[in-house]
Amino acid sequence: MDTSIKVLIVDDFATMRRILKNILKQLGFKNLVEADDGTTAWEILENQAIDLIISDWNMPKMTGLELLKKVRADSRYARKPFLMVTAEAQKQNVIEAVQAGVSNYVVKPFTAEAISDKLAKILK
Amino acid sequence: MIRLDRSFVRKVNAMNVKLINPFINATINVLETMAFVKVDAGRPYVKTDNLAVGDVTGILGLTGVANGTIAVTFEEKCILTIVSNMFGEAMESLNDEIADAVGELTNMISGQARRELEQVGKVFKAAIPSVVIGRNHSIRHYSDGPKIAIPFSTEGGKFTIEVCFER
Repeated sequence: MDTSIKVLIVDDFATMRRILKNILKQLGFKNLVEADDGTTAWEILENQAIDLIISDWNMPKMTGLELLKKVRADSRYARKPFLMVTAEAQKQNVIEAVQAGVSNYVVKPFTAEAISDKLAKILK
Repeated sequence: MIRLDRSFVRKVNAMNVKLINPFINATINVLETMAFVKVDAGRPYVKTDNLAVGDVTGILGLTGVANGTIAVTFEEKCILTIVSNMFGEAMESLNDEIADAVGELTNMISGQARRELEQVGKVFKAAIPSVVIGRNHSIRHYSDGPKIAIPFSTEGGKFTIEVCFER
């Protein structure tokens, strides 16, 4: 797993961004940027070379699902790995995310191992 | 699974009783997974006032097969221990970081409970949680149903979940 890549963490809760940053740092990732909603995440995508997006679902302004659809609809970013990390765990949510092209899906609460395993799969 | 005594069941309707265990299971799962704390659930009771038993409360609206709210209210010492474990560093006082963490914990408990409820055909949607900090604050539920309180204890202190759905 290439840990030199630039990772964008998107979550409206600073707590979750901090937990994810801690886990990613433990895994060796150093190049981390954050956004607290989908709109800010999109601005960062337009201005920085992001290699991986890790996003929550339920956020103000632009949800994680809306961000995912926007990313997949834009040829510049359509192939970017996109990991959804969310408390939205009902079947319909997973189906919608898969149909929108999510690379993988982690349900909160999660262990560091769960994040590591999913990243290893989508970054291989 | 928590066993409920008859006098408790008489006070709340059958719908509300069925909602309790998914929230208990979700609470234990979320705190043990994210904060590495052992959580013991006490006996549920019907709460008759709006006074929070904790110093910081996350509250979240749910809509679907029934409309209602869940609230998670923590004693100061308890939430400081929990968030310290989540961050891997000592948290010393109730502040914006603690409020944010309580919001996210409430969100995760709601998500886990809704996942379990979906498996028995009860689908709910959740709003974004709000958080109140301060001693003796009140908790306003959005519906007029019975307020079911479930006390929990951890080594770091106590917290309580309140579940309230329309009659």
